[in-house]
Amino acid sequence: MYPYELTIGQALEKLNSKELSSRELTLSCLDRIADIDGHIKAFISVNRDYALAMADKADAAKGDERGVLCGIPVSIKDLLCTKGIATTCGSKILENFIPPYSATVVDRLEQEGAVILGKTSMDEFAMGSTSETCAFKVPENPWRRGYVAGGSSGGSAASVAACECLASLGSDTGGSIRQPASLCGVVGMKPTYGRVSRYGLVAYASSLDQVGPFSRDVRDCALMMNVIAGYDTKDSTSVQRAKPDYTQSLITGMKGVKIGIPKEYFGAGLDPEVEAVVRKGAALLQEAGAEIVDVSLPHTDYCVAVYYLIAPAEASSNLARYDGVLYGYRDMTAESLIDMYKESRSAGFGAEVKRRILLGTYALSSGYYDAYYKKASQVRTIITNDFKKAFELCDVLISPVAPSPAWKFGEKGDDPLEMYLSDIFSISANLAGIPGISVPGGFSREGLPIGIQLQGPHFKEEVLFRVAYNIEKSAGVSDKRPVL
Amino acid sequence: MKLETVIGLEIHAQLKTRSKIFCGCSTAFGAAPNTHTCPICLGMPGVLPVLNRKVVEFAIKLGLATGSTIKPFSQFARKNYFYPDLPKGYQTSQFDLPIIEHGFIEIEADGIEKKIGITRIHMEEDAGKLIHDEHEPVSFVDLNRTGTPLLEIVSEPDMRSSEEAVAYLKKIHLLLRYLDICDGNMQEGSFRCDANISMRPLGQEQLGIRTELKNMNSFRNVQAALEFEIRRQRDLLLDGEKVIQETLLWNPDKNRTESMRGKEDAHDYRYFPCPDLIPVVIDEAWIAEVRKLLPELPDERQKRFVTDFGLPEYDARILTGTRELADYFERALQVCNAPKKLSNWIMTEFLREIKGDVGPWIACCKVVPESLGALIDLLEKGKISGKIAKTVFLVMMETGKAPLDIIKEQNLDQVSDHDELSALVKEIVAAHPSQAEEFKGGKTKLMGFFVGQLMQKTKGKANPQVANELFTKELAG
Ligand SMILES: [Zn+2]
Repeated sequence: MYPYELTIGQALEKLNSKELSSRELTLSCLDRIADIDGHIKAFISVNRDYALAMADKADAAKGDERGVLCGIPVSIKDLLCTKGIATTCGSKILENFIPPYSATVVDRLEQEGAVILGKTSMDEFAMGSTSETCAFKVPENPWRRGYVAGGSSGGSAASVAACECLASLGSDTGGSIRQPASLCGVVGMKPTYGRVSRYGLVAYASSLDQVGPFSRDVRDCALMMNVIAGYDTKDSTSVQRAKPDYTQSLITGMKGVKIGIPKEYFGAGLDPEVEAVVRKGAALLQEAGAEIVDVSLPHTDYCVAVYYLIAPAEASSNLARYDGVLYGYRDMTAESLIDMYKESRSAGFGAEVKRRILLGTYALSSGYYDAYYKKASQVRTIITNDFKKAFELCDVLISPVAPSPAWKFGEKGDDPLEMYLSDIFSISANLAGIPGISVPGGFSREGLPIGIQLQGPHFKEEVLFRVAYNIEKSAGVSDKRPVL
Repeated sequence: MKLETVIGLEIHAQLKTRSKIFCGCSTAFGAAPNTHTCPICLGMPGVLPVLNRKVVEFAIKLGLATGSTIKPFSQFARKNYFYPDLPKGYQTSQFDLPIIEHGFIEIEADGIEKKIGITRIHMEEDAGKLIHDEHEPVSFVDLNRTGTPLLEIVSEPDMRSSEEAVAYLKKIHLLLRYLDICDGNMQEGSFRCDANISMRPLGQEQLGIRTELKNMNSFRNVQAALEFEIRRQRDLLLDGEKVIQETLLWNPDKNRTESMRGKEDAHDYRYFPCPDLIPVVIDEAWIAEVRKLLPELPDERQKRFVTDFGLPEYDARILTGTRELADYFERALQVCNAPKKLSNWIMTEFLREIKGDVGPWIACCKVVPESLGALIDLLEKGKISGKIAKTVFLVMMETGKAPLDIIKEQNLDQVSDHDELSALVKEIVAAHPSQAEEFKGGKTKLMGFFVGQLMQKTKGKANPQVANELFTKELAG
């Protein structure tokens, strides 16, 4: 077994017993990246010298200096600011942007000794479901050549699945962690809105965005959450609330836990192979002692419409700052201020970003605000109430993450609406602000991974970890790795 | 047709908080360009705002001082537009849920007291400044001011003349200064005002078509601009023409308003609730806490000056016209106990010396209030004459020395000693026998002549009252 194949838990044992140094582990990952990233394309940038310096620092640390992730190589979605390291958001408009500050979550990882290898590829400004809108590199699914890794955090998911790093940080606005985790066969969590600081996460849709981890098993995911969760004075929307030790909730056995099956998630359009994996997951949980109940989320059909009004509306405002004045791409040939704005933004943004800015601008325009943005906000409250009612009947909801396993590049590219509809199972958690996790549940006949989604009430990540841990134990797929 | 003028004002007051509204940068004026900035106020990718609680406290203060409703729940909203002095591409402001609503203040114009309604007061951030090169077609951006907290105070269209508008503006200015939440400097732009103005036939309820006036950076400019615009609209309407709804800039050099035509299209600001800031929740306890911090307000203080010190309304109004002057008066009063005499002195001798704004002038005035009080005390107790007091005061203004020191140094003590003076009185009467006879014969006007002689001999130091007594006694015999 190569060092890069280890889980965080396994690596920490070897690092702490000095059987392995962080330099060796980091070099192993860097070599792996050098070997395979030419076709996986998970990394927009790799910072070898910086990573090795961090690894040496970790190797030199003693006793209390050793953080809980001391010496562990990780990757970071290129939407999270890293001080002194280019942060492109997958966009030409920020191609040369080097932030003078790090995101709070990046600071927290580094304080605990994590080694940052590089920045991962993603859909431009996180707008997309396949990472194909990235201006630089489009990650490929490590399980099959020519297949998408999912998105928008496709590079993060692929980097963990392909064993280029041990874990990664991504962001989830409508499924951008859970969906690529499902498609790449890794664990990915979107925490409760407010659980993790958004400071330094470049905003797509501020009321929906949340940072979360990717890992190869549930325990690693809990370890990562232990580090990144918690109140941050720099983010007013982060919540002041004690955080549990998430690794304590990894208990075998499901006695006393009620698992709800939302009937609206199992209708037309769902791939039968995906449905089979999810139903099998529920059956395994039942065998482990869980009670299975049928529940309803009656307004599920409105989720896509609501999401594609609220997210673009916020994006149209969040992306206004890329105007070529202070930083980022500027068209130097423009003769007037208005032309500078137009030319810089026309050349700097890709088609999907422009589409969403236009959609959002329209939804907020006077005369349309009430019919679109305001109405969407009202329906959002109704959708949130659906979940509240469902959680009166159960502790956790089990469902698919995406309607199908990974698909071929370009297969859904021409019709944005078809692509938008593929987010149907993941976006409701963002609208309601609740936590969700994708845990590997099985494989399709073609050998593509299929994840199972678990969703829980606000700030109940520990229950999700417990259920995910039991699926992982019984489904027996978590130690399978793609052959590369 | 008799026309009625209708004016409403929008005031932007920069708050005197030490740091900006959403970051820790300093709000100090006059620093080198772009030195009071950070990733947050520069609107860099991924940064988030955190509300400065002091801004809320200042808003509550103004709300309490204007009898307004302080909303338990208010929200920030984004006002979206592109401009190089606005790095985020939106201004974080408040829209449909402002922090304060439904207030009023009382003003006096042309001797008539009147209530002016305040529709709303909301918190927002200021933008930066553009500096245009005079020779090249190049503009520079200074973002020091970006993120400085502002309160926007929107009045009801309750004013009917330029005098009322200026009185309202001055009253708000006074309140802000009393509350110590805005330095009120119109030249530096920390107190700015736009006006909405329209005309309608007297008795008609519906408002006429309005214009918006901008760029009036002094009280005088506000008055002049409003008067110009009132005349312009009246002439148009009386000629049967129509007022066009537009934004006008006051040009103080040409003494006229100018159309901004073309520069400002009908903006759609696409307001929506700011998702990066949680709603502002204010409970009764917070309001009570801020209420305790409120100073005495100008109206109350003016009344107290009348009732407690027996001052005429006129004096009380002038003295409370700025917080600094009223403070000065009260401190001086602690050492002299002669309110009316002190008031007279402040309103004549003291205010005569003032150059520029009262507040800053008092802050650097060499005469501390205790010294002026001491001077008035000497005068009140008859230790010096009014004439000597004026001489001493001028020296105080120049040197900042205490009055007693000056009197001693220059040997200006008033002579009240009966023995010393009565010898001189006898001498004078003896030297002027004919005048003495005339006086005894009933020409009492000559008292002035005798006292004058004594003053000459004592170089003005004789106590005039004592002199009077002594001459009356001497000449009675
Ligand atoms: Zn700042």
